[in-house]
Amino acid sequence: MSVKRVSYTLDSTLETVNSAEETATRIATEAGFGDEDITRIAMAVREAAVNAVLHGNAYDPGKKVILAFERTAVDLVITIRDQGRGLDMSKIPDPLAPENLLKTSGRGIFIIRSFMDEVEIHPSQAGTEIKLTKHVHGSDVDGKEASQ
Amino acid sequence: MTMKTSTRQVNGVTVVDLSGRITLGEGSVVLRDTVRDLLTKGNKKILLNLGQVNYIDSSGIGELVSAFTTVRNQGGDLKLLNLTKKVHDLLQITKLYTVFDVRDDEAGAVKSFN
Repeated sequence: MSVKRVSYTLDSTLETVNSAEETATRIATEAGFGDEDITRIAMAVREAAVNAVLHGNAYDPGKKVILAFERTAVDLVITIRDQGRGLDMSKIPDPLAPENLLKTSGRGIFIIRSFMDEVEIHPSQAGTEIKLTKHVHGSDVDGKEASQ
Repeated sequence: MTMKTSTRQVNGVTVVDLSGRITLGEGSVVLRDTVRDLLTKGNKKILLNLGQVNYIDSSGIGELVSAFTTVRNQGGDLKLLNLTKKVHDLLQITKLYTVFDVRDDEAGAVKSFN
């Protein structure tokens, strides 16, 4: 199967969050994922987009969110990049720690990690890029299609 | 789909029927304003019926936690009713299912406040 890639440059708005979720739903559906995986992929993308718009770009109209989807034979790979100051990973609390359970924020990254097969977060001074991977059903992690 | 709420009184308990999505933006704000309004009016026994809530994100979860702690801090109680599978699963993985008092029977839930 050929690699298909599409990317979008989006404003730092709430509409972008909803748009990213809707686009992820559509592309995951077209990629053949089941309903539960589609919901999880869309929610992970939504959470990543929230981080990019709110915490990364801080709603700055001069900064963009770059959202890209890449479909290979074995994976759906989604990258979300902001133009903020870079996520400080040391400040992300463990939302499952007893002292954090009743906090009203800090669950986004945890949800993303829970719902995707692989998550890479690359913060830099030019912004944060988060790469989300979901293995296509019927494929193993080594890239060989299980049905063949 | 935006979130809608309606409230009704059942034996001294305020049942809030919610429908739609509790997400960053309007849904979370509607929930926050609803709970705040109830507390202002002295309604401190609150049962959130989430049976028609088909989607919630981390901001929505945060809003549920905020509502829970706000009501508790004012001497009241807030419980959840009729979780959909998606909401149930999300509360499970975030370990909040054991924090909230979650019910699936309205009559029993109302009784549990007394």
